[in-house]
Amino acid sequence: MKAKIVILPKKAVLDPQGKTVQGALKHMGFEGIGSVHVGKYLEIELENGDPEKARQVIDQACHKILSNPVIEDYRFVIE
Amino acid sequence: MNFAVLQFPGSNCDQDVVHVLKNVLGHSARLLWHKENSLGDADAVIVPGGFSYGDYLRTGAIARFSPVMAAVTEFAAKGGLVLGICNGFQILCEAGLLPGALIRNRSLQFRCENVYLKTLTRNSPFTRSVPEDKLIRIPVAHGEGCYFADAATISGLKANSQILWQYVNAEGQATEMANPNGSIENIAGVCNRARNVAGLMPHPERASESILGGVDGRLIFQSILEK
Amino acid sequence: MSDPAITPQLVQKHNLTPEEYEKLKGILGREPSYTELGIFSVMWSEHCSYKNSRPLLKTFPTRSSKILVGAGEENAGIIDIGGGLAIAFKIESHNHPSAVEPFQGAATGVGGIIRDIFTMGARPICSMDSLRFGPITPLPHEASTLTPERRQAMANNRRLFSGVVAGIAHYGNCFGIPTVGGEVYFDRSYEGNPLVNAFCLGVLRHEQIARGRASGVGNPVFYVGPATGRDGLAGAAFASQDLTDESAEQQRGAVQVGDPFMEKLVCEACLELLATGAVAGIQDMGAAGLTCSTCETASRAGTGIEIELDKVPQRAPNMTSYEIMLSESQERMLIIVKKGREEEVKRIFDKWDLPWAEIGQVTDTGRMVVRHGGKVVADIPARKLADESPIYQRESREPAYIAEVRKFTLAGVPEMTDPVGALKHLLAWPTIASKNWVYRQYDHMVRDGTALAPGSDATVLRIKEDALPVLSAELAASGAGKFEGERYIALAVDCNAAYVYLDPYEGSKIAVAEAARNLACTGATPLGVTDNLNFGNPLKPDIFWQLKESVRGLGEACRAFNAPVTGGNVSLYNQSPDGPIDPTPTVAMVGAIEKPEHITAQWFHTEGDAILLLGEPVDSKDPLLGLGGSAYLHVMHGLKTGTPPRCDLEIEKELHLALRALICSGSIKSAHDCSEGGLAAAIAESCISRQEARETPRPIGATIDLSGLEARRLDALLFGESQARVVISTARNDAVKVLERAKLLGVPAMRLGTVGGADLIIKSAGAEYKWPIMDLYKAWWNAIPDAMRD
Repeated sequence: MKAKIVILPKKAVLDPQGKTVQGALKHMGFEGIGSVHVGKYLEIELENGDPEKARQVIDQACHKILSNPVIEDYRFVIE
Repeated sequence: MNFAVLQFPGSNCDQDVVHVLKNVLGHSARLLWHKENSLGDADAVIVPGGFSYGDYLRTGAIARFSPVMAAVTEFAAKGGLVLGICNGFQILCEAGLLPGALIRNRSLQFRCENVYLKTLTRNSPFTRSVPEDKLIRIPVAHGEGCYFADAATISGLKANSQILWQYVNAEGQATEMANPNGSIENIAGVCNRARNVAGLMPHPERASESILGGVDGRLIFQSILEK
Repeated sequence: MSDPAITPQLVQKHNLTPEEYEKLKGILGREPSYTELGIFSVMWSEHCSYKNSRPLLKTFPTRSSKILVGAGEENAGIIDIGGGLAIAFKIESHNHPSAVEPFQGAATGVGGIIRDIFTMGARPICSMDSLRFGPITPLPHEASTLTPERRQAMANNRRLFSGVVAGIAHYGNCFGIPTVGGEVYFDRSYEGNPLVNAFCLGVLRHEQIARGRASGVGNPVFYVGPATGRDGLAGAAFASQDLTDESAEQQRGAVQVGDPFMEKLVCEACLELLATGAVAGIQDMGAAGLTCSTCETASRAGTGIEIELDKVPQRAPNMTSYEIMLSESQERMLIIVKKGREEEVKRIFDKWDLPWAEIGQVTDTGRMVVRHGGKVVADIPARKLADESPIYQRESREPAYIAEVRKFTLAGVPEMTDPVGALKHLLAWPTIASKNWVYRQYDHMVRDGTALAPGSDATVLRIKEDALPVLSAELAASGAGKFEGERYIALAVDCNAAYVYLDPYEGSKIAVAEAARNLACTGATPLGVTDNLNFGNPLKPDIFWQLKESVRGLGEACRAFNAPVTGGNVSLYNQSPDGPIDPTPTVAMVGAIEKPEHITAQWFHTEGDAILLLGEPVDSKDPLLGLGGSAYLHVMHGLKTGTPPRCDLEIEKELHLALRALICSGSIKSAHDCSEGGLAAAIAESCISRQEARETPRPIGATIDLSGLEARRLDALLFGESQARVVISTARNDAVKVLERAKLLGVPAMRLGTVGGADLIIKSAGAEYKWPIMDLYKAWWNAIPDAMRD
């Protein structure tokens, strides 16, 4: 089983990386580009077992250490 | 006074803080390895700068779970004095001992330079020795020093005079040019509601000897030492 | 998976000539295994063996009364600085990897040199970098006629520059070492072949010197640090080839990724281990990783070494013997531990959560024996492998362009019509302009030792107790770790490669002389030099001639300043399809300052201070009046030609001695030597380089009167680069005294003018030129940030 986690800065938080990437894409001539947000993607290999238990474990891990709730939001899938 | 200076894997400024406390200010200071469970007879704890755990995941995110941090949390809850410098500030925010968080500098580059700070209140153990109206000149050196907190938190900080230092220019104005990292309201350092825990991004231990270019940093340590 | 058969093509792919291959077989007495072929290939590459340069390097002066570990003995040289203390330092290149992946190439270059320092038992306390790239902005006359190809090329140069600086910052800042100085040059010859020369210096007590020797037969051999992967495979061999698109593409897997956090942990753990006395020998795994460290340590001790690759921690699956031996995974160390003391390694490395493994032992056979899966995959006499690589005396021939250079006269150079504009252009030329864009990305203050930060002629560090490595119990008990006071050292890194291109012998003398002059400006006396020789393909007689002449100049100058070469690096094959780089012998010099009061910076202080010049204002014997190879000729006329200024080592020595004497007497408030941009640039820089804090410069004007000087040409007077000149400032009332003292010390000296005002004013032969000081400041301070913003 694998957990695939996406962590992004909260909308309210300044994202200078995102702004820079957005500017660069526009500069390079890519059209129709809106806002860009740069975050993290984590893959965690899990021992095979109960997907529901795994979901709880990952949720707790995200909340406690993998993300900082002051500045980040997270979402994940277990496959 | 006895100081405990925490040492995590990757701390870089620990020896600098010990040097200033011991050799410049003449007090007892020792390094406390992150795996220790007790602060011993420490009267104050300094969480120094550096790149604890390589800044992996987020700066300070892993260090806050070190065994020693449980002792620091307990110490702080009982009113013990805790000062976080740079990475130390980041660790205290991650640990929830201070409000807000530090994110990447707006310029996306590491910045090492002297800055001017305005001390917004003398009502704290970290600022009481700073003379009225004196701007202090202290170096910053960080890639992730942009202070962020939501609007409600910022209002609360202001209402309770918890913003201790602001980045200003040589004339004392908190302008955008004076801000090295994009921090909201040019915030350079804050304290908790109980006023016994504080954090700041600039490095006072690097401005405590004239051979290094300035001694304004001593005022912060002297504030702690003043009873 | 079986090894490929050894064919002549495979041997050639390994950069071994048929003759070298025969020599290899002679040493083994048989055909090599595939792994052995790889081992010889890296050990006999230019990068590891110096086969094309060793005979020349032997001509360097390498001894003085202060040398504790000399050039060629170990991984870095060590010099005594008094009080039982010593410094270990070295410079090394990482040019080819930085061309391919600038961030990681530069980062791992920094990591590599830091390891060379702590492997000697020293605590690394500072870092410097000498960087060269193609131009990032057009010259004034090019700006309006830029082709799309030039635009693209400059964008690429900016990308490399940005990546390299970010990589150095990333590694140095995270490791916790202040990057306190360096130089950055921009020139067409580096387009396609950037140079990244990384310097590191560490401190230790004499008793703490560690050796890279596999001493003590029967001692266990330990591997410490992260697991081995496929990084940098055959990187040393890669560095020894010309950089073409093909070699770059194939080598994309060859760039190693550095982990400064890991290195910091390994460094602390190694220093702790060394303090226990359990270490018999230690060496870092740098170029050619496990191969180099095992055979070199065995060779130095005259012993043999046996290792088992199954015991080597691996992070990639199914690694072959070849891959494990040649991998350049970073942050790994080889430690020979005294038998019976193995527990110390486990205790300390477990404390720092670092991987370790016992992988072999020291033998008395003199052979390096490698086993994998129960089979012997390599069995080579260690000394013959490490020390007896082929040595070549290459053909040398003066290149045709030198005759053209010598013919150049100023007759064809029109007289300057706009000196005001010229000074602004020169100060805004990225090679001369302020490097603040670079050093503000480096933590240059960590460790509380930076007494004079980047932005002046040389950097000054103060060394205090906590700069020492962990003390052994004996040293701690004996009180030997107690400092009486502090020590002050100055560091400079220099090379004007345009001069070296135009006259390798003279230009190389100047590189050393300039470094010594920069040290003298801060009040320091030279102790020693580490050099990084960056040249093109040595198999071309033109290039070998440059190398030979350069080494001749370097050696002579190092002797003159009593600054022996303690070690260094040679980087050859810096050649791209567009041609070779300018010959660039980077000189890093370290000096000692007696007292903190002597530390002198380059900027003017107070309104009313007197400005003086030490040294002849113009070298009257120079037909080009100091303009040969000058920044002025290059920037304003697009010319890189003309015999460069002459370097008279005796005159330089006298100047430096006098300057130091004046500084010691307390009369000097600032000192700045004349180099690129000549006298006018030096004066302007003294006016504008003082910084108090972020966005808080403290520039101050000056009024200069040169009308007393014979001005054959105004451009030569203002911008000629005659050597052995220093602009100093003194208190108003000290001027006469200083002029007299200089005369007594045998050095020409004259009054130039006075500090003060909001303008720089230069009077000459009936004309007066004026620059608002803030205009000069902005042009100089913002040149590189503006170029990099787009």
